[in-house]
Amino acid sequence: MILAKTGNEALAYAMRQINPDVVAAYPITPSTEIVQIFAQYVSDGKVNSEFVAVESEHSAMAACIGAAASGCRTMTATASQGLMLMHEMLFIAGGLRLPIVMPIASRSVSSPLNIHGDHSDSLASRDSGWLQFFCETVQEGYDTLIQCVKIAERASLPAICAVDGFILSHCMERIETFEDQPVREFIGAYKPNWNLLDYKKPILVGPATMQDYFFEFKRSQIEGMNKALPIVQEVQAEFRQKFGRGYGVVEEYRTDDADAVVLLMGSACGTMREAVDTMRNQGKKVGMVKLRLFRPLPHQVLRETLAKFKTVAIMDRADTVNSWGGALFTEIGSALYDLPQRPKLLSYVYGLGGKEFSLGDAATVLEQAHAGKKEDLVTYIGVR
Amino acid sequence: MARLKDLCQNPELFSSGHRACAGCGEALAVRQILLAAPQPVVGIMPTGCTEIFSSIYPHAAWQIPMIHTAFETAASTASGVVAAYNFHKKMGNIKEDVKFIAFGGDGGTYDIGFQAISGAFERRHKFLYVCTDNEGYMNTGIQRSSATPYGAHTTTSPAGAVIPGKTMPRKDIMEIMIAHNAAYAAQTTIAHWNDLVTKVGKALAADGPSFLNVLVPCPLGWQHAGNLTVEMARLAADTGFWPIYEWENGRYKINYQPKEKKPVEEFMKPQGRFSHLFKDEAGKAVIAEAQRQIDAQWALLRKRQEAFGAS
Repeated sequence: MILAKTGNEALAYAMRQINPDVVAAYPITPSTEIVQIFAQYVSDGKVNSEFVAVESEHSAMAACIGAAASGCRTMTATASQGLMLMHEMLFIAGGLRLPIVMPIASRSVSSPLNIHGDHSDSLASRDSGWLQFFCETVQEGYDTLIQCVKIAERASLPAICAVDGFILSHCMERIETFEDQPVREFIGAYKPNWNLLDYKKPILVGPATMQDYFFEFKRSQIEGMNKALPIVQEVQAEFRQKFGRGYGVVEEYRTDDADAVVLLMGSACGTMREAVDTMRNQGKKVGMVKLRLFRPLPHQVLRETLAKFKTVAIMDRADTVNSWGGALFTEIGSALYDLPQRPKLLSYVYGLGGKEFSLGDAATVLEQAHAGKKEDLVTYIGVR
Repeated sequence: MARLKDLCQNPELFSSGHRACAGCGEALAVRQILLAAPQPVVGIMPTGCTEIFSSIYPHAAWQIPMIHTAFETAASTASGVVAAYNFHKKMGNIKEDVKFIAFGGDGGTYDIGFQAISGAFERRHKFLYVCTDNEGYMNTGIQRSSATPYGAHTTTSPAGAVIPGKTMPRKDIMEIMIAHNAAYAAQTTIAHWNDLVTKVGKALAADGPSFLNVLVPCPLGWQHAGNLTVEMARLAADTGFWPIYEWENGRYKINYQPKEKKPVEEFMKPQGRFSHLFKDEAGKAVIAEAQRQIDAQWALLRKRQEAFGAS
């Protein structure tokens, strides 16, 4: 069915179709509507879910952990300060290997207070052991959230599905939704690995560990993340087969014979496509690489994709405050470092706090990438 | 009234071999509570002494399902577990009635975990929250909590040349939980086992969230001999330092009235955390003030019982 929906509406609509067993959430801009709309679905009896309107995001994630440990398909939604408040619990969800799924309307983090879109919140959660997807469009957000349920459960890892705050969460798009039944068939019934409420076989969840076992637990969790990439690809392929459209973890746009490309995540990819088209019309060999999957970072795919270009401009919508470039820049630099021939990497930080990223800005980055040089190590785009 | 003869027939659900200190009041509380709890029961615990001494991988002392997440999350994790249970019940996946008990220390209850408890009680999630109250952050090395009593020495309210230990009285957690319209709220000690197990039964039968505040003397933090733990709890009640009472169906009831209330010195004297008060006149004044607070607290409790007590 073709519908006009904002990002938040589309994500809530997907949640209705997923029909999770438990949702525990606390409202925060710009993701509030996801929870509001879902609460209405609960009140209207359109889902079977137990909805817990908790008193904070910290408690939201704690309750999600309790519910997921008790054998329930569990979801929440948040953004920014809310994700920050969950931070401690994100690691516990990851460490316990609980497949909690969480749409995020990505937003900047205080201070100064700003409610608008950038990737500071999601990227600050980088090391918490969650799968992380960044979506370009509302359509992609809807499709990805459905995929996340299956991926998270198959990989025994929690998953974040991020759409850019306001830019996608509040803007209306034409999207193609599926019927409920195929979505439910696609995700299937939830079969947890273990269940706290199986009181005939009591287990202890979340023990303390000393120096003798802690590292082994973490190592096994790391291995779980390392092994998630083929699962992501497998589920993407199944999705494509069932619904006739799909995504790669890394997607290339007009990169054939390109010398220089720009790599980025999220809604700005749309702007960059337009700028690439313009420059291609001028005969300049430029293209775009869109990264959809930030965790696990698809190192090998990135090496294979990027090695063939002379220059790669990497654009971060969050800064690390003094690691010479954003998280994407440093991580991709690390991934490519020991290639025998590696492209020149340029670092750009853009769009913090919802600062507009214009076609002109995109063209500037493409021009510099095409020239293969710029003055500063990190360029901050659009700062007065 | 429970009978020991009957209780000892029940399975030990908190097994021996855990790593609690000798004379740990908290371990006694957990054991007594699980002996009294109807089965099946599922436990939730925050980070704290109990978690550390009962669940160091690959060992576990719990014979019931148990989940630990973070220091401030006993009640919020419980909310999720109870929501999951409600879901499974609704879908017919679970047929039996399951009870839920969250065990938090006073740090995880009065302080860092307080918001989560307040939220879970407001949402009427049906579980028993037990605060095993040893009046300090004993797990991190005996720091003051808002349950630490007036005059006590802790590592963050140390007795010094100018300041004689903690200068504020404890937070009245019972009144706060009663104000949350707890389905049942009570206070007791590990020395009063019959009172404790009776209250566990009432709390788990209550239709909504219930609260139990159990005094669990800590030989390490209180600096008393490990064989005096039960005695210390008894003295706490006999001096009136720790009133034993309950709030049920909107009414207060004092469950234990010492025939003659002993002076608070008798409770304080065997404990190292109050030893600085027995050295000089300034210390005497602090003890006198502690006594005044206890008397005032009892007067208020009696008034409450009169005004909102059993007819």
